[in-house]
Amino acid sequence: MRKVYLDNAATTPLLPEVREAMLPFLGEAFGNPSCLHDWGDIAREAMEHARDQVAQLIGADAEEIIFTASGTESNNFAVKGLALAQQNKGKHVVVSAIEHFSVLHSARTLEKWGFELSLVPVDRYGMVNPDDVRKNVRKDTVLVSIMHANGEVGTIEPIKEIAKVTREKGVVFHTDAVATAGTIPADVKELGVDALSLAGNQFYGPKGVGVLWVRKGVRIMPFLDGGVQEGGRRAGTENIPAIVGLGKAAELARINMASRIEHLTQLRNRLLTELPSKIKHVVVTGHPQDRLPGHASFCVEFIEGEAMLMLLNSQGVAVTSGSACTSRALKASHVLIAMGLSHALAQGSLLFSFGLDNTSEDVDYVLEVLASVADRLRQMSPLYAKFTKTGKGGT
Amino acid sequence: MPVYSEKVMEHFMNPRNVGEIENPDGVGEVGNPVCGDMMTFYIKVKDNRLEDIKFKTFGCGAAIAVSSMVSEMAKGKTLDEAMKITPRAVADELKGLPKQKFHCSNLGAQALNKAIKDYLDKKKGGGKK
Repeated sequence: MRKVYLDNAATTPLLPEVREAMLPFLGEAFGNPSCLHDWGDIAREAMEHARDQVAQLIGADAEEIIFTASGTESNNFAVKGLALAQQNKGKHVVVSAIEHFSVLHSARTLEKWGFELSLVPVDRYGMVNPDDVRKNVRKDTVLVSIMHANGEVGTIEPIKEIAKVTREKGVVFHTDAVATAGTIPADVKELGVDALSLAGNQFYGPKGVGVLWVRKGVRIMPFLDGGVQEGGRRAGTENIPAIVGLGKAAELARINMASRIEHLTQLRNRLLTELPSKIKHVVVTGHPQDRLPGHASFCVEFIEGEAMLMLLNSQGVAVTSGSACTSRALKASHVLIAMGLSHALAQGSLLFSFGLDNTSEDVDYVLEVLASVADRLRQMSPLYAKFTKTGKGGT
Repeated sequence: MPVYSEKVMEHFMNPRNVGEIENPDGVGEVGNPVCGDMMTFYIKVKDNRLEDIKFKTFGCGAAIAVSSMVSEMAKGKTLDEAMKITPRAVADELKGLPKQKFHCSNLGAQALNKAIKDYLDKKKGGGKK
């Protein structure tokens, strides 16, 4: 059976060059970079090389790069750490309604700690309006955090325009660039942000490693106390194999970005245009143009995402869904609901995220398989039966 | 994939009794798209027994497997016997359901009960049958 992996938003595979770069550090080069001997030196040099590679990817200074254990840690660190470091100035933070839970729930935790939180809405494409950010910033606002792009619906946010607002207001601006860094240009100077999160497993690096970049001069409260690793901002012996892998992945991403974008955009555009014409009653979610290159997301009406996922998986196709039934909490995706989609429609959510290995034949295969899956589930669906009888219930 | 038993997967991949019954003796509809699942059961009754059952379900793998299992368990049973099918019995027959999916087995039993009650109400009211 053909196997088609279309869940690169969840995680990308490790590139062979990245694995090769990591291997010595899972073997003889096992040293602790804090140690003052040859073993330590080798590990430290490799780590600092990786720091340079990551800094180059995002146009930052190497000493501003803090290695963490994941994008989630970076987001927790940023939201809590940047707010806490400024709490004498004020106790109000602003985030968008469609942030990843690692930002949204960190902001909720700040609320429990006595901060106030404002959520910026999005339009039906999942786009934040910079004017809405402006309206929500107050005198006591100490942090704005808006994601660079949303991993569920692919929409790329107007970060540069939002940064103009935050700079004018003198508020620290963090962006969660986990979905973008290593995939599309995410230059910190170009974007105009003060802090940025990224994760290695989003661009063919290893899992369990992330980065928080914080502009020099911006204060942040350390998240893990202990030794003086990472300039005293993040204690704990560094995960050298993963950091080396992340560095290599960052270098490859920088060199090959343009050709990767071209490849992914072609595949994604085919699916975005051909799927809604092949299968009736399918809605594209997210922005039609301003979206991640490998990202195509939809809602298939009258049927539910988990059932689609299971049938697609039985045909060798791996995708993901934001339906209530696929979430452990049994709640529909907060992103789709914030965009104004009905719960019924959100139940039919499907997300395809292409990777470097995908081909045009994969698109053909998925179109064929999904058409039969949708047909099969619709034959079982009382909502579809109602719609075909009365013409009611569709969008 | 959620961790489903082989039995759940088997019923999900090959659901029994999918469809509608023309001029059914009873119809039971439960759930709504907000909670995630919706089931409609149609029954045909003869001599106080469930002669035929069909269902349509909007929902996850568990919801579809539960509907299929309920229809299979109830078919041929007397109305009293069918009314006694509990959510637990459905889940047991399916060799277990993940904890967060247990509500699906509630829905299945509810939908069947509702269809039977619909039949009994109609009988009381109209005296047909």
